[in-house]
Amino acid sequence: MLPYLTLIFVCQFLGEIVVGLLGLPVPGPMVGMVLLFLYLLIRKGVAQPLGATAETLQKYMSLLFVPAGAGVMLHFRLLGEALVPIGAALLVSTVATILVTGLMMRWLAKGNSDE
Amino acid sequence: MSNLQETWVYLSASPLFHLTATLVAFQAATWVFEKSGRNPILNPVLISVLLVVALLTATQTDYATYFEGAQFVHFLLGPATVSLAIPLYRQLYRIRKSALAILVSLLSGSLVAILSAVGVAWVFGGSPEVLASIAPKSVTAPVAMAVAEQLGGLPSLTAVVVIVTGILGAMLGGAVLDLAQVKGWNARGLAMGTASHGIGTARALQLNETAGAFAGLAMGLNALATALLLPILWGLLF
Repeated sequence: MLPYLTLIFVCQFLGEIVVGLLGLPVPGPMVGMVLLFLYLLIRKGVAQPLGATAETLQKYMSLLFVPAGAGVMLHFRLLGEALVPIGAALLVSTVATILVTGLMMRWLAKGNSDE
Repeated sequence: MSNLQETWVYLSASPLFHLTATLVAFQAATWVFEKSGRNPILNPVLISVLLVVALLTATQTDYATYFEGAQFVHFLLGPATVSLAIPLYRQLYRIRKSALAILVSLLSGSLVAILSAVGVAWVFGGSPEVLASIAPKSVTAPVAMAVAEQLGGLPSLTAVVVIVTGILGAMLGGAVLDLAQVKGWNARGLAMGTASHGIGTARALQLNETAGAFAGLAMGLNALATALLLPILWGLLF
């Protein structure tokens, strides 16, 4: 597992370097994801321990958002002041985005889905 | 007694305490989530965050102190994001088969995410600062914060609305897609990732590998689309 965890870290590290050098408007880990994807294309497959490492990281992905989420306590006052505009916007917009994206994809990729 | 007090003073300032508290809160939240038969309304991120905030408020701990311990968990978001290349690779043939559909659906979703958030907040009297802070709310936090700053918003407020948007999408996405009779895992995943970035992707991964791969892809593409398009769109709107 450790060799593949190392590979993942190396991809992230290289991703940060690429973002820094080229001034890309995306975070380093996303470029790291592209780099790991290219590695898989070249290797033509996912080694079993790499798959297991990825699954472990992804299984607990929800946990990883908790520290950032607790940052909500920094903005209680501001959120309280603009509760209605922010709350309504987030609720309506999240539902609308899910609906539009899902329906468009169902319509355009008809026959390609696996219901 | 003084021993106990000394131990508390020592522990409450050490990273171990807040790291452990984060893990325990998540275990408790997972237990509730599982007990409810995985009811998406009892989202584990939401419950964990509520527990942690309650603890910090009760012990009068500031967020910076908490984060010294919790950063070890936070740090793993990077490697977890990189590892999304694996489901992406495994689903490659499905993605290639509907590349154009993915691109068009994603761009439509991205535009709806921005325009509906800004429009609704404007109708309810949101300040220009609020509008700029919530415009990029559907994309992953680092991108959203950078874009919000460019538009004159508050990056730290953006970080909060991004998390709330993620939790809302994870809670409601399944029910919304059921109502609209969107049944394919590709379309369901794409919708969750477009609207709710990593938290939507985490939820999609719990359900199905295809959904997880499409959600991860949508998260990445929407970050790119929003970073490139939103500043241009903003110039046209204001």
